[in-house]
Amino acid sequence: MSKFIDIAALDDIPRRGARVVKTPQGCVALFRTADDRVFALEDRCPHKGGPLSEGIVHGTSVTCPLHGWVFDLNTGQAQGADEGEVRTFIVCLDGGRVLVDASFLSGRSAA
Amino acid sequence: MTGRQKLVVIGAGMASGRMLEQLFDAGADFDVTLFNAEPRGNYNRLMLSPVLSGEKSYEQIVTHDAGWYAAHGVDCRFGEAVVKIDRANKVALSGSGGVPYDALVIATGSAPFIIPVPGKDLPGVCTYRDLEDTNAMIAASLPGSKAVVIGGGLLGLEAAAGMAARGAEVTVIHLMGHLMERQLDPAAGYLLQKDLERRGIRIHCKGATKAILGKDRVEAVLLEDGTVYGADLVCMAVGIRPEVRLANDTHLHVGRGITVDDQMRTSDPAIFALGECVEHDRQLFGLVAPLYDQAKVLAATLLGQTAAFQPVQTATKLKVTGVDLFSAGDFADAPGREEIVFRDPGRGVYKRLILDGDRLIGAVLYGDTADGSWFFDMIKQGKDVSGIRDTLIFGPAFAGGPTANPLAAVAALPPEAEICGCNGVCKGRIVTAIEGGATTLDAVRSATKASASCGTCTGLVEQVMALTLGAGFTANTNPAMCKCTDHTHEDVRRLIKSMALKSIPAVMQELGWKTGGGCASCRPALNYYLIADWPTDYVDDRQSRFVNERNHGNIQKDGTYSVVPRMWGGVTTSAELRAIADAADRYAVPLIKVTGGQRIDLLGIRKEDLPAIWTDLNAAGMVSGHAYAKGLRTVKTCVGTDFCRFGTQDSTGLGIRLEKMLWGSWTPAKVKLGISGCPRNCAEATCKDIGVVCVDSGYEISVAGAAGMDVKETEFLCKAVTEAEVMEIIAAFTQLYRENARYLHRIYKWVAKVGLEWCRAQVEDPGTRRALHDRFMLSQSIYQTDPWAEHAGKPADWAPIADLTLRAAE
Ligand code: SRM
Ligand SMILES: Cc1cc2nc3c(=O)[nH]c(=O)nc-3n(C[C@H](O)[C@H](O)[C@H](O)COP(=O)(O)OP(=O)(O)OC[C@H]3O[C@@H](n4cnc5c(N)ncnc54)[C@H](O)[C@@H]3O)c2cc1C
Ligand code: SF4
Ligand code: FES
Repeated sequence: MSKFIDIAALDDIPRRGARVVKTPQGCVALFRTADDRVFALEDRCPHKGGPLSEGIVHGTSVTCPLHGWVFDLNTGQAQGADEGEVRTFIVCLDGGRVLVDASFLSGRSAA
Repeated sequence: MTGRQKLVVIGAGMASGRMLEQLFDAGADFDVTLFNAEPRGNYNRLMLSPVLSGEKSYEQIVTHDAGWYAAHGVDCRFGEAVVKIDRANKVALSGSGGVPYDALVIATGSAPFIIPVPGKDLPGVCTYRDLEDTNAMIAASLPGSKAVVIGGGLLGLEAAAGMAARGAEVTVIHLMGHLMERQLDPAAGYLLQKDLERRGIRIHCKGATKAILGKDRVEAVLLEDGTVYGADLVCMAVGIRPEVRLANDTHLHVGRGITVDDQMRTSDPAIFALGECVEHDRQLFGLVAPLYDQAKVLAATLLGQTAAFQPVQTATKLKVTGVDLFSAGDFADAPGREEIVFRDPGRGVYKRLILDGDRLIGAVLYGDTADGSWFFDMIKQGKDVSGIRDTLIFGPAFAGGPTANPLAAVAALPPEAEICGCNGVCKGRIVTAIEGGATTLDAVRSATKASASCGTCTGLVEQVMALTLGAGFTANTNPAMCKCTDHTHEDVRRLIKSMALKSIPAVMQELGWKTGGGCASCRPALNYYLIADWPTDYVDDRQSRFVNERNHGNIQKDGTYSVVPRMWGGVTTSAELRAIADAADRYAVPLIKVTGGQRIDLLGIRKEDLPAIWTDLNAAGMVSGHAYAKGLRTVKTCVGTDFCRFGTQDSTGLGIRLEKMLWGSWTPAKVKLGISGCPRNCAEATCKDIGVVCVDSGYEISVAGAAGMDVKETEFLCKAVTEAEVMEIIAAFTQLYRENARYLHRIYKWVAKVGLEWCRAQVEDPGTRRALHDRFMLSQSIYQTDPWAEHAGKPADWAPIADLTLRAAE
C-alpha cells in the first residue's frame, strides 16, 4: 500500500498553474487544472530542461515555457510531432489537501 | 434586319449582371451597351454589409471586371444614367447622346425610401444602397462617433452592426414593436434585440422620427416622444421602392413596379424589365433569389426560347457575423394554424414551426439555424409531416436517428434540397459539380454559383463538399487563430468589441472554442485583447501569460531570471548605480551587463530571490523595466541640447517624459522608442517602432521601423511643433496600435497591413487623436503600476511549495 505525504492545500496552487516540490530526485511540479484536478510531473523538460511548472496549463496539458513542447499531464508524453516523456508521480486530493506518494522520498517513479 | 442585334441594358445591378452571364454563356451574339448610374460595373450588392463591417474589401465583391466586359464586347457606360427612352425611334438617351436598340432591358433596381421629415437633406444623412453609402458610413464610423440608423429591418440592422463593428456608438430607431417584424415573430425579435444590445447597439422600438436636427450637418435625431439621440451620421433604411421613373416617363404600363408578363416583357414588346424595378403578378421583389430566376427567363426570351417566370418562396438570413437567424414561409397567426415552439433561453435558442393541417408552412429559427434548409425544403415541397410531427422541431438529426454528427443534418438532406437560396442551387447540383472535379470552394462557386451571392450558405456548401470528398476536403479559409477556433485573430478582435465579450470564458463560449481551456497560443492573445478593449472591466489573467510576463523577468536557459530596472531615457544617478551594485553583491549576480537598450541587466537570478531583489531596487526608487513584456520596453535617447553642440531640442528630457507616459502599457508586441536630438540620429530613432528626430522647427515623428529579425527604416508619420503635441500623437498612435493590431505583430507588421495613410488620418484628425489619447490614458490609470512592488511583499509564492529533500535526510 502506498503511503502519502501531505504537501499543501489545493488553494496554494493557482488554478491553471503549478507549484514546485523539491525532492531527492529533483524538482517535481504539482499542476492544478481549471477543474481542480491535480497532477505531478517531473519539472524538467526532456528537450532542454525547461521548468514545466512555468508553462501555460490548458485542459490537461502544459506547454513548456522555453520552446513550446506540449505534454499530457496524465501520461507525461510529449504531444504532436515532438518525442519524449517526463516522469509522472502519484498524487491525490483529499478534502482540499494535496497528498503525494511517499515514493517521492525514495526516488521510485510511480509510472 | 441586318447585322447583330443591338441590346441596350439600363442598370448594371445584380439582376442584369446575371442575365448577361446567362446570355453570353448560351453563346448569344448581341451588341450590348450597358448603362449604369453608379460609376462602376456589376458588383455583389449583398456583400456591402461585410465591406461595411470590415470583413471584406470592395475589390473582393466585384463580380464582373473590365476583362469580362471586354471579352464579351460590352460597351460600358458606367457613371452614365439613361434619362429618356425614345420608343418611337428605339433610342436610349443619356447625357452623351443616344444609343439605338433592337431590344431594351430596364434593370434599374430600387431607390431607398426617404422619410419626409425636416432635416432629411442635411449633410450626414445617407441611405444604404450602394458603395457611396457604404463608404460614407465607414468614414463616419470612427471609434467613439455616434450613428443613428432609422429602420430595424434587414438592411438597417446590417448597417448598424457594421458601424458598431468599426467602433461607432450606434442607435437603431424602429417604428414597430419588434425588430424585423416582416421576417420575425416577436419572440425571435426580442432575442435579436438582446443580442444586438449585448454588442453595444442601442435599440429603440416604437420610435417615430420627427425631425433630423443640425445646423450645417446632422447633429441629432428627434423622436415623436421627445427623445433625442446625438448623431454624427444618420442612415435611413426604412424601405425601398421600385425605380420606375424612366418607365413612367416613357408611358410603359407601371403599377407599383414596371409591369411584366411571365417572359419579362413590358407593355412595349421591344422593352423588357427585370429585378427590383418590376411588378409581376402584383408582386414586388426585394431579395435576389427570384431575380436570378427572372434573369434566366429573360435570357431565354431574348434568345427566342420559351421560358416562364414563376416566383419561388424565399428564406431570409441576417448577414451579421455571430447572429444566427433564419425565417421562411408564412408565420403569422391565423385560424386553423398550429405552432410548435422550442425555447432554450440559456443557449439563446428559439425555434417556431407553423403548421397548416399536415403541412409545414413557416419556420422561424434563432440561435441555431443549422436545420434551416431542411425545414425550408419541407415548406417548399409541401410535405405531409404528420408522421414525424412529435420530433419535427428537433430537425433531421432526430428524424434520421440519434446522431450528434454536425454533418448529419446536411447528409439527411435530399438531393433536391436547396442549399443556396440566392441562386437556387440544390444539394444534388453541388454534388454533381464536385464529382465533376470541382474540389475547392472557388471551383464549386464558379461551377454552380452556390454561395456566390450573400455567402451565408458557405458553411453548408463546405459541409456538402466534406460529405462528398471525405478526407480529400480542406476548408478554404484564412488561417485561424489556433487549433482551438476557426476564427482569425481579426475576427476575434472585432467580435470581442461588437459582442462586448469581457472574459476569456465568454469569448470561448460565444465564439464556439473547440477546446475546453484554449491553448498556450490563444490564451495570451485573448488576455491581451480583453485588457486592451475593456481596461476598466477586465481583470488580467496571470495564468494566461507567458512565463516572462507572469514572473516579470526573462527566463534564462537554466531557469533563472534576469532583472532590468528602468533607467528613464537611459539616464541614471550614482545612487541608482550604487543600489544596483549592492543588489548584485547581495544576490551573487553572475553577470552584470549593459543592454542594447541603455540600461543595466542583472542576469542569472534564482526565482525565489526575485521578490527580495525587487524590494531592494524599489527602495532605491527603481521600478521594473519590463524588459520581458509585450509592452513598452525602452526609450533610447541621445544627450541633446543640454550638452551636444548640434542638439536642436531637449531629446533626453522628451525621451524621459515619453517613457514616463508610456511605461506599464501592454501592447500587442513590444514597443521601443528612440529620440534623437538632430538628424545625426545618435539614438538610432529611425529603426525603432516609434522614432522622433528633433529638428530646428520641431519634431519629426516616424513609425514602423525594425531592427530585429527584419531590419527596416521608419516611415514618416507627421511633424509636431511642440513637445505636448508629440506626446499626444505618440499616445494616440500607441493606442491605435493597441486597439487594432493582432497579438505578436510588431508595429511595422501592423502598419504594413492597415496602411500608414490610415494611421495618419486617425492621428491627424484632432477629434480622433484626442479620443485615442484619452482612451490610452484611461487604460494607463489602471495598468501603469510597478509589478515589482505588487509582488515584493509576497516572497512565499515564489519559492517551492515544499522541500522533501530535508525530510529524506532525516
Ligand atoms: C538584454 C538584451 C540584449 C543585451 O544584452 O543587450 C536582449 C535580450 C533578449 N532579447 Fe532582445 N535584447 C535586447 C535588445 C534588443 C534589441 C536592441 C534594442 O532594443 O535597441 C533588439 C533589436 C531591436 C528590435 O527590437 O527590433 C532586440 C531584438 C530581439 C528580438 C527580435 C524582435 C523582432 O521583432 O524582430 C527578440 C525575439 C522576440 O522578441 O521574439 C528578442 C528577444 C530577446 C530575449 C528576451 C529572448 C528571450 O525571449 O529570452 C533576450 C533575453 C535574454 C535574457 O536571458 O535575459 N530581442 N533585442 C537587450 C535588452 C534591451 C533592454 O534594455 O530592454
Ligand atoms: C446592403 C444590402 C444588403 C442586401 N442583402 C441581401 C441579402 O442578403 N439577400 C438578398 O437576397 N438580397 C439582399 N439585398 C437586396 C439585393 O441587393 C437586391 O435585391 C438586388 O441588388 C436587386 O437587383 P437589381 O438588379 O434589381 O438592382 P440593383 O442591384 O440595385 O441594380 C440597379 C442598378 O441600376 C442603376 N440605375 C438606376 N437607374 C438608372 C438609370 N436611369 N440609368 C442607368 N443606371 C441606372 C443603379 O445605379 C444600380 O446600379 C441587399 C441589398 C443591400 C443594399
Ligand atoms: S541576440 Fe538576443 S535573443 Fe539572441 S542570444 Fe543574444 S540576447 Fe538572446
Ligand atoms: S526545454 Fe522544453 S521545449 Fe525546449
